[in-house]
Amino acid sequence: MTQSCRESHLVFDKVHIALHGRTLLTLDARIAPGEVLTVMGPSGSGKSTLLAFAAGFLSPAFEAEGQVLLGEHDITALPAERRGVGLLFQDPLLFPHLSVGGNLRFGLPRAAPDKAAKVAAALAAIGLAGFGERDPATLSGGQQSRVALMRLLLSTPRAVLLDEPFSKLDTALRNEMRELVFSRLREAGLPSLLVTHDHQDAAAAGGPIITLE
Amino acid sequence: MLRLAPWLITLLLVGPILAGLAMAVLPAFGYLPALGGEAFSLTPWRELFAQPGLARSVGISLASGLATTAISLTVVLLFLAGASGSRLDRWIRRMISPLLSIPHAAAAFGLAFLIAPSGLLARLASPGLTGWERPPDLLIVQDPWGLSLMAGLIIKEIPFLLLMSLAALHQLDVERRVAMARSLGYRPTLAWLKAVAPSLYPLIRLPIFAVIAYASSVVDVAMILGPTLPPTLAVSILTWFNDPDLSRRFMASAGALLQLGVTAAALAIWWGLECLIRRLGRGWLTGGQRRAGERWLLMTGKALILLAAVTALVGIAGLALNSLAGFWRFPDGLPQAFTLQHWQRALPSLGGPVSATLVIATASTLLALGLALAALENEQRSGRQPAQGQLSSALTLLYLPLIVPQIAFLFGLMVVMESLGARPTRWLVIFGHLLFVLPYVFLSLSEAYRRFDPRWSRVALTLGATPNGAFWRVRLPMLLAPMLTAVAVGLAVSIGQYLPTLLLGAGRVPTVTTEAVALAAGGNRRLIGVWALMQASLPLIGFLIAVGLPRLLWSNRRGMRGTP
Repeated sequence: MTQSCRESHLVFDKVHIALHGRTLLTLDARIAPGEVLTVMGPSGSGKSTLLAFAAGFLSPAFEAEGQVLLGEHDITALPAERRGVGLLFQDPLLFPHLSVGGNLRFGLPRAAPDKAAKVAAALAAIGLAGFGERDPATLSGGQQSRVALMRLLLSTPRAVLLDEPFSKLDTALRNEMRELVFSRLREAGLPSLLVTHDHQDAAAAGGPIITLE
Repeated sequence: MLRLAPWLITLLLVGPILAGLAMAVLPAFGYLPALGGEAFSLTPWRELFAQPGLARSVGISLASGLATTAISLTVVLLFLAGASGSRLDRWIRRMISPLLSIPHAAAAFGLAFLIAPSGLLARLASPGLTGWERPPDLLIVQDPWGLSLMAGLIIKEIPFLLLMSLAALHQLDVERRVAMARSLGYRPTLAWLKAVAPSLYPLIRLPIFAVIAYASSVVDVAMILGPTLPPTLAVSILTWFNDPDLSRRFMASAGALLQLGVTAAALAIWWGLECLIRRLGRGWLTGGQRRAGERWLLMTGKALILLAAVTALVGIAGLALNSLAGFWRFPDGLPQAFTLQHWQRALPSLGGPVSATLVIATASTLLALGLALAALENEQRSGRQPAQGQLSSALTLLYLPLIVPQIAFLFGLMVVMESLGARPTRWLVIFGHLLFVLPYVFLSLSEAYRRFDPRWSRVALTLGATPNGAFWRVRLPMLLAPMLTAVAVGLAVSIGQYLPTLLLGAGRVPTVTTEAVALAAGGNRRLIGVWALMQASLPLIGFLIAVGLPRLLWSNRRGMRGTP
């Protein structure tokens, strides 16, 4: 991934997803670099289906039309690992068999130079300097979420999908994480799609909001 | 490549069985040019039905298949119904793997040493309770009714059915079902039997069929514990095949088909009983009895499973005792002296078979593991996995080698191999073991593999890892523990194989199992003790590694304890 590819729009071009002939959702949207589009809706409204479609995990049982574009590139048919689309889940999902540093290194592209320095810098940036050798299971929930965010950023995605990433945090931590995540995404100039049913998430994201039926 | 795996597995499991059966059918009707059978005839069948005691052999095989399964299943269901997480329950659950790892032959020898007229039980009760000063002249082991044979099979099939049931129970949301029934006033044991057992049964039907097939056609256990005059059908067939008079092979082939019929009949009878019980049980299920007999059911389940587990363990201890015993007068509970003499004498001849056993077991298990992983990974990537609890056709095929009696197709397979010019070698034996190792490795691994949270691989992919990278760097390490368990199961299955080793190795590839079973006729208890103990301890190594290695590797990773 070269620098020139970055800073591109994430575009949903006439996306239409159906299951057994029944329409689940339609979306036509353009997300600018550094912008967060929030998609809201009750459970069962197809939010997670939309994420699976954008990330490349949609089960073949669904019938999907339309395209996902990153800048000029149509990524609809690409496999998940070649889309350059990062995903932040409800749970931090740090690999339990790797150390904290190992999880961050997992995010780095294979050819990245100065891996050790990058990992150290990423840890320092979230106030976890020196935690590299730690077992991720010994970290607090908030610390794990921060490591997951840095792991995502180190993988240099060109767009980011957020799947209710704050819903499992307690209230105090939630505000802190929202601020961290959104400021980092803005800083990196990444177009992001946030799926949530929490209005405060949407407000903190500060971008346009779409509500699914 | 990955896409080929399911086809390869199917071909590998089904091909040899069909070829083997075909090569049993032809000689059974007189056609086997290699032995001078140029024309079809019914002579083999006439000869077969003229064999003295054939009806009795068939009867014992049939009864053994049905009684073993019925008793084992009853014990398992009663135990599960009464299980409440007590210390005994947890102990039993922990004992499943070690008990399962004991090869059938070793368990059979252990039981024989326990219940024989001069065995441990008789010694403990003599002369105080029985008044016996010398071993009584009773035919307890190898009794004409096959009771000791069934007992030997039951102590091995209980842990198998228990393991299969526990795996299936994951899908049933047991706690809520029992809680619901209890809130309606049902005592816990009856709540389980009425609200869980009817849903559990369909999920473990195939393992049950495998037990029926195995118990109705087993050879090694029957040679140790089964009746002799006449022996069970499967043992008779083996004798005929091994007869120096090669023309008896025609009759033996007819016998192999008869065995297939006997096993099929056992399965059909079971199916009939199943329908009957379903019909009779309907009234009981909804009849509203909430407490009647619960205590009795509970105690029976616990007592019987404890008896089975303790019998197996004491049997193994008996093997050890015998292998170390010096002079041992009859009613004495313990030998007068212990000696390492038997081990020292056996040591020079142990080396070859032990290493052959390990090589064959390792090779067949690793092959099976590779195939199973490829098929399961393919299933994940293509997003096509069988719905939970639903029997897909592929899974049914996996059970084929476990349901078709070994003796019915292995001789035919041997003939096929001979005609292809394959010499009896280790590789042929490894291939034969693979038929039986692969289903167990696959079944043991698939559960954990399919339950593995798909988000782990998705995280890896969205971070830019390739599907292969995600497999090697995430899925495989995180599934290390269940994978090692599957390996241990595979090793145990291979180590315990008697008939495939004997036949495909043409008796020229001795393993601890073939050597131990061959000692059965001789009756030298000290020597049997040495070999059977050796046979029982080899699989244990696999299970020790399966338990120990993950703990060692992940000692610094809390999230890896209590595997996913």
